[in-house]
Amino acid sequence: MLFAQLPLHEQVILAFSALTLLLSLFMLAHPKLTMVIRLFALQGLFLAATTALVAYDMNEPHLYISAALTLLLKVLFVPYLLMRMVRHFKLEFELDAVAQPARLLLLAGALIVFCYHVTLPIAELSLRITHNVLGISMAIVLMGMLILVTRRKAISQVVGFMSMENGLFFAAIAITQGMPMVVELGVAFDVLVAAIVFGVFFLHLKESIDSLDIGDLSHLSERE
Amino acid sequence: MTLLYLTLTLPLVAILLLGLVGHRREGATLNLLFAAAGLLSSLAMALQVLREGPLSSADGQFYVDAFNVYLLVLTCFVGFTTALFSRPYMAHELEIGRLTPPRLRLYHASYQGFLFTMLLALSTNNLGILWVAMEGATLSSVLLVSLYRTPESIEAAWKYFILCGVGIAQALFGTVLLYFAASSIDLPAGDALLWNRLVAHADALEPVAMSIAFIFLLVGYGTKVGLVPLHNWLPDAHSEGPTPMSAVLSGLLLNVALYALVRLKMLTDGALAGGEQAALAGHLMMGFGLVSFLTAGLFLHRQKDIKRLFSYSSIEHMGLITFAFGLGVPLATFGALLHMMVHSLTKSAIFVTVGHASQIAGTQRLEQIRGLIHTQPAVGWGLLIGTAAIAGFPPFGVFSSEFLLLSATMQHWPWLTPLLLVGLVIAFAGLFRAIQPVAFGTPPEGQVAIPVTLWPVAIHLALVLWLGLAIPDFLAAWFDQATRLITGSGLL
Repeated sequence: MLFAQLPLHEQVILAFSALTLLLSLFMLAHPKLTMVIRLFALQGLFLAATTALVAYDMNEPHLYISAALTLLLKVLFVPYLLMRMVRHFKLEFELDAVAQPARLLLLAGALIVFCYHVTLPIAELSLRITHNVLGISMAIVLMGMLILVTRRKAISQVVGFMSMENGLFFAAIAITQGMPMVVELGVAFDVLVAAIVFGVFFLHLKESIDSLDIGDLSHLSERE
Repeated sequence: MTLLYLTLTLPLVAILLLGLVGHRREGATLNLLFAAAGLLSSLAMALQVLREGPLSSADGQFYVDAFNVYLLVLTCFVGFTTALFSRPYMAHELEIGRLTPPRLRLYHASYQGFLFTMLLALSTNNLGILWVAMEGATLSSVLLVSLYRTPESIEAAWKYFILCGVGIAQALFGTVLLYFAASSIDLPAGDALLWNRLVAHADALEPVAMSIAFIFLLVGYGTKVGLVPLHNWLPDAHSEGPTPMSAVLSGLLLNVALYALVRLKMLTDGALAGGEQAALAGHLMMGFGLVSFLTAGLFLHRQKDIKRLFSYSSIEHMGLITFAFGLGVPLATFGALLHMMVHSLTKSAIFVTVGHASQIAGTQRLEQIRGLIHTQPAVGWGLLIGTAAIAGFPPFGVFSSEFLLLSATMQHWPWLTPLLLVGLVIAFAGLFRAIQPVAFGTPPEGQVAIPVTLWPVAIHLALVLWLGLAIPDFLAAWFDQATRLITGSGLL
């Protein structure tokens, strides 16, 4: 079926999914810390909107609750917490540039193709409109991992970590009807606690090594 | 079922209570009392399961059978003995100023939180909640790893958090795929992640989705088991945190993660049975297990820190157990279950003596801990006997379980036996090379004995000795029941 033949809200779902992945790529390459956090909040917003649209499309009211949870946690709470940390540590103008953004983006592109390849056999089994989204969601997870690997600042690593969670969440709404409610609440609770623990960690890092630069953490290794 | 709820509620109450008064003198006692109560209630539950068969809660969210009830009891038991050890240990740390009262409060509350998440992971029937509990176990223990607030401990905790977080994210992706694989089974939406429902219909799980799901789950939970090459966090987290934490991390958390893997392997085997890749899950586990076993054995030889030494030994044993579960035959599974138990008991006993040893020497550097047997014979001998037991010396239980595993390997994969034997010898040499001078060397000037509690060590090692000499009938029957559950046929 052609894209244009789908009902409007289904077109919007697919377009939003693509935009969610695009935001991951922006986050991957953008050098400015505050901007990365804003991009993350925006990704959460798209995610919440997509979830709500899927809920409408499939007529599954419990997904509205997940959309609300995403909105609260990923769009409001976590970015707020991170921005507060940025202000607390006076990092507003801090840059956390990656060494070779162009190469990194090419690698990311290759990874996305790989994700589509891996998820193809599963996506073919699903009859849902969102089955293509499985590849996107896995790509978001891997982009989050890339952010974790390439960034040196603790705050941008947290963004990578949380954006991975976004991808997972996306996978759940893409191929199934979201997870059972009790699981979603549990996952949301874990994300909340993780965000708070990260906050505590920033204070400890600042106290002990006087920076939020993970590159300074290199005492423990097998080489002595 | 009431007993299970009681076992789960006790640590929850303890978190709240210790969060309020954990810094006072009574904090440690309270911690101990709650752990003891948990042990009693889990024992009572085990008796009930043994008599009446598997228990399931009315809504199906909790499920206890022979396999997890034994791990529940083991968790409560090691939780109790470690609390017994942590009382004087933490008092000493407070005295020498490595800790402040607020951090002691955090320690006590997190300790109970950690126990709670592990018990929840073991007893839940819902694979989603299993994931939530495993992530909860990371969250509740991560601040304990950084308890001393040294740059090294913070680095270890950050690594632990990020690596386990990334790993466990893969497991969630796997769980989502599993949920999708189950959508072909006609179950109400809320029940589609309940393990006992799924295993009853395992042959109807979508095989392609299930095999991809298992790979993600293996990578995810395998990170927490400490399988090579996903093990990087483990030695750091074990060596930088307070020693009671190392004991429970090594003795319990790794078991819980492995337990999750075995449950998921049962589902995957059911889904793939009869197909081309029927043994996919088993083979993957054997491969990962064997690589971890051999690599960790080699790493034992270059350790400079006594706690890192024994954390590599944990990776080695976990690799061996994973390998055995991968083999999947009744003999190997029986051996693996036994090995999980004796490894937990021995390893937590060792960490208790290691904790005291490093307090005596004032350092964790292997080359500076010398002559423990001269300074404080009880600690020295405890460490030496513990090391002998973990290295697989007869007559200890580790020997019996390793013997079972070797015989199973000889029967089914004979050409892998030499690899296992070489690995065991390498590990044995690595441990003894390091520990012999620690026990027998010349003690440095001015090294004096400190107040210690060696009851946990004595009890654990006595149990391991007992399991090596003769496995009591009821325990053998219990393991056999679990083996029957996992492999479909028993041994006895």
